[in-house]
Amino acid sequence: MIAGALAAVAQLVAGSTVRWLGCAPTEDQRVYIANHSSHLDFIVLWSYLPARLRRLTRPVAARDYWERGAVRRYLAAKVFNAVLIDRAAAPSTPAGQLGLQAVDQMVQSLADRHSLILFPEGARGPGEDLAPFRSGLYHLCARRPGLEVVPVYLENLNRILPKGHLLPVPMLSRITFGTPLRLQDAEAKDAFLERARQAIQALKEAV
Amino acid sequence: MNLLHDIALQRLFGGLIVLLIVATIVGRLIERRTGAERASATVQNLNARINAWWVMSVVFAIAVLVGPIGSVVLFALLSFLALREFVTLVPTRPSDHRALLWSFFLITPLQYVLVALHWYGLFTILIPVYAFLFLALRVALSGDTTHFLERVSAIQWALMICVYSLSYAPALLGLSIRGHGTAGPTLLLFLVIVVQGSDVLQYIFGKLFGRRKIAPLVSPSKTVEGFLGGVAAATLLGALIWWATPFSVWQAGLQALIIALTGFGGGLVMSAVKRDRGIKDFGTIIAGHGGILDRVDSLTFAAPIFFHVTRFFFGG
Repeated sequence: MIAGALAAVAQLVAGSTVRWLGCAPTEDQRVYIANHSSHLDFIVLWSYLPARLRRLTRPVAARDYWERGAVRRYLAAKVFNAVLIDRAAAPSTPAGQLGLQAVDQMVQSLADRHSLILFPEGARGPGEDLAPFRSGLYHLCARRPGLEVVPVYLENLNRILPKGHLLPVPMLSRITFGTPLRLQDAEAKDAFLERARQAIQALKEAV
Repeated sequence: MNLLHDIALQRLFGGLIVLLIVATIVGRLIERRTGAERASATVQNLNARINAWWVMSVVFAIAVLVGPIGSVVLFALLSFLALREFVTLVPTRPSDHRALLWSFFLITPLQYVLVALHWYGLFTILIPVYAFLFLALRVALSGDTTHFLERVSAIQWALMICVYSLSYAPALLGLSIRGHGTAGPTLLLFLVIVVQGSDVLQYIFGKLFGRRKIAPLVSPSKTVEGFLGGVAAATLLGALIWWATPFSVWQAGLQALIIALTGFGGGLVMSAVKRDRGIKDFGTIIAGHGGILDRVDSLTFAAPIFFHVTRFFFGG
């Protein structure tokens, strides 16, 4: 019930038009990857999934943010069923101990029916061009061959709640789901990450 | 005075419902005759408009039933939604966030509180004087001077069009007319019927007889024939419901003419704004989202002019 109410509030604030251009909202296991420019990104993307998918879809989020305070801890654990990873765990050195641990966590959290929401830029950007992707996405796909990666473009959320502000200005926004991509056999890490990044970038212009 | 006691109001609403039923039946008949799949975009557009009219009339009737506060709350909500659409389209920057928060959550509600209080001396200047200057200062204080004038003007415009101008519609409820006391909801109803009727009539006349375009670069659908036919018919419509207003027949006709002309101006100006911001953005981001701004564009021009003309000539 809390989940439903939260989703309704998020939808009210964001006023999104949702477009499923490249795929349909199904229960297939997926990783939704999106551009990251606002605190609203994850909750709005999650709230616009159909309710039954919402229950199956887990956000990958930073432990240091979501374990601060009882409310956030409760939401992360009980409502969003979040996969909390150590932020230091997404370093530029992917071979790092913590990085591998985060990938392990993501693989386990997928289990046999869950999907994930992931922001491969790692941190919020200014909302213009996408930053280069962290390598976690590649390692995740390498461990789960055939996993569908759905590019998602979130538009205008950074205007509704820019970095450094607490209250949202309720402008309208748009969410575009693109065509799923998969890690190809023998595809190099950097090539795959760049292909995924371009897939999101391309949705900016998609009609 | 409300719907239950006011004979004129009952007749107006009764007439409106009969008109809507007739329009609905005619629309469905045309669609059936041509076949739903083959029905032209024009017929579908017309039926969509008629459906929207049903929704608007029901919402409006409920608001009037609730009393003056109902109408004020309804228009406050419309302003909020219109402001949301307008601001989405204009090029604000993250440094305008505070100014926008003020606009949405303080200035807009305050304007409608003043309207509800019938505080004429303040609701007519809150936005053009106080908010106008304050917002410029607030944006300047953000320290970001990139496109400063464009950003400030866009926010000021958004408030003037979506909030200030629109709030004149429920402000009619507090207008006292010489020899009539306050006019009650009939003036507001007169305005809405004529302005929306004029929109639909211009559309119909344009589709039937439209040849010469008035401003092809701004709004390709507006034609000289649609304009003349629609404005004439709306003037007639206004004169025909004179009995519900404090006006005589010819006064009501003249008022309706002013409403239709200013309403046309509002539609044209808002088309120009959409063009300026790129029609693609507008259509794609707001598609399926009601497009409140599209529905009230004529009203934003007609409401303040009708209010002040009425106040000047009939105010008591």
